[in-house]
Amino acid sequence: MKYKSRLSLDLCFKYIFKATGLMVLALLGGILAMLVYNSFSFFLDVKPLDFITGMEWNPTANNPKYGMLPLILSTTLVTFGAMLIAIPLGIGTAAYIADYASPRVKNILKPTIEMLAAIPSVVIGFLGIVVVSPGIANMADLSNGLNALNGAILLAVMALPTIITVAEDAIHAVPKTYKEASYGVGATKWQTLRKVVIPAAAPGIIAAVMLGVGRAIGETMTVLMATGNASIIPSGFFDSVKTMTATIAIEMGEVPYQTTHYYALYALATVLFLMTLIANMLGEYFINRFRKYHAV
Amino acid sequence: MQFKSRALSSVIEWGSLLLSTGLVCFFLVVVIWEIASKGASVLSWEFLFAVPSEGMTQGGILTPIIGTVVLTLITALFAIPFGVCCAIYLHEYAEDNWLTRTIRASIRNLSGVPSIIYGLFGLALFVQAMEFGTSLLAAGLTLGLLSLPYIITTTEEALMRIPNSTREAALAVGATKFETIKDVVIPSAMSGILTGVVLTLSRAAGETAPILFTGAAFYINGSTGYINQEFMALPYHLYMLSTQHQSIDEVRPIAYGTALVLVIVVFLLNLTAFYIRYKYRKNEV
Repeated sequence: MKYKSRLSLDLCFKYIFKATGLMVLALLGGILAMLVYNSFSFFLDVKPLDFITGMEWNPTANNPKYGMLPLILSTTLVTFGAMLIAIPLGIGTAAYIADYASPRVKNILKPTIEMLAAIPSVVIGFLGIVVVSPGIANMADLSNGLNALNGAILLAVMALPTIITVAEDAIHAVPKTYKEASYGVGATKWQTLRKVVIPAAAPGIIAAVMLGVGRAIGETMTVLMATGNASIIPSGFFDSVKTMTATIAIEMGEVPYQTTHYYALYALATVLFLMTLIANMLGEYFINRFRKYHAV
Repeated sequence: MQFKSRALSSVIEWGSLLLSTGLVCFFLVVVIWEIASKGASVLSWEFLFAVPSEGMTQGGILTPIIGTVVLTLITALFAIPFGVCCAIYLHEYAEDNWLTRTIRASIRNLSGVPSIIYGLFGLALFVQAMEFGTSLLAAGLTLGLLSLPYIITTTEEALMRIPNSTREAALAVGATKFETIKDVVIPSAMSGILTGVVLTLSRAAGETAPILFTGAAFYINGSTGYINQEFMALPYHLYMLSTQHQSIDEVRPIAYGTALVLVIVVFLLNLTAFYIRYKYRKNEV
């Protein structure tokens, strides 16, 4: 090929590559624009204050109610329950892998956790229906086990791989000298882990938890299948709940386009987007703090 | 504390860590055991190669399998070139300025956006604005957008592993930057890129939320696989059979079979990725 055409090809591809980079910006911009535009259309019909503080979500009634409080509380309850299960299990497992497991055990555990992460959410939701739900119904003597507890257990399983991986990285990155200093003054392995290693890895562990929270809030299929979907304000883990994601998934298939109800679902998605964004940004902030701290 | 009781308590403490690890593994065992033991009896060649019949209470799952395969192909065709080009831009061309930092920040944000929001975006952009209707094409492109941040991140990691001296050698003998990337950098990063692509596609194949409103259908009669029509997909089929079907108990065996096929597909893709990575690491040494 002639030198000149080689050069122009080079230049041409430089712009193609750059264009794809800019397209990614456009994608995020597009998502934001869609959320803002449709939410705005919604707020022309319904006052923002009624949306945020309304205690009832019933868009199909004669006098439609668009209060998102029950949905937000449902999401919060299920996520909170999931974290109660996933945080101790996740940190325990991460500490075991990073500090106790022999290289051979580690080589088995890591792919195991990757496999757990690879299972599609719809399969976990199916397990919620066929395994967890009858289990809860038997134990608590309920007619069915499709409730917040079921959703929390499943979301814990979904969030665990994220929490374990990030927390394990953090614990693994704690300098060996810290541990040696602690052993040197006579502390046991457990004392070292609790009083030295975990505090030193704390920002990384908080990051792990925040990323797990982000994952749990945005998860759709498992909660849609396993929580019963009753849009009431939940009073406990044995109540059936309808999370924000499940509401969007159920109702978007049924509403006519460009109605108030349709826009309401986008407004809900905007709140969901902000919630996951905050969780992920906090996670990232703590990861960066951890990196900076250990770079010194 | 006396040394002996300290030894005892350390056993208990060690045990608590072991217990939590054991529980996590137990979850995986329960999932696999439940699906495999109850799905295996349904699984047969006939199940894989027969279309659903009698209101989906009989027959197999050929239609959803075809749907998922074509859907994943569309996702791959869209997301791989796009994602790889973007990673090349970020790693090979971009300088460290505000634009690059903004692009990187948006990629990190995009990977945290819930999949249902991608579904809404696909509905607004592909189904409505671009008028593709609820179709394989709209759903495939939606999944492509969802996959994009993962493909970019994994590709960039693969590019990072190629030492700069390799690039400099190619540039020194007179190759242009594009030729260096096309003939030297990409071939040497190929296995890393492939690993990321296969993992991302395995994730996309199992996604349900983004295809809910962009084209997945409850039942398709007759031929399927046209990109301008609605389709059946394995994950959506499982969701429908386990929650929406009018005789849920009757179709439960088929639901188990569908779940088993879905899990096998995802695990096979993951194993492929592990194999590529393993072979690559061996060659590297």
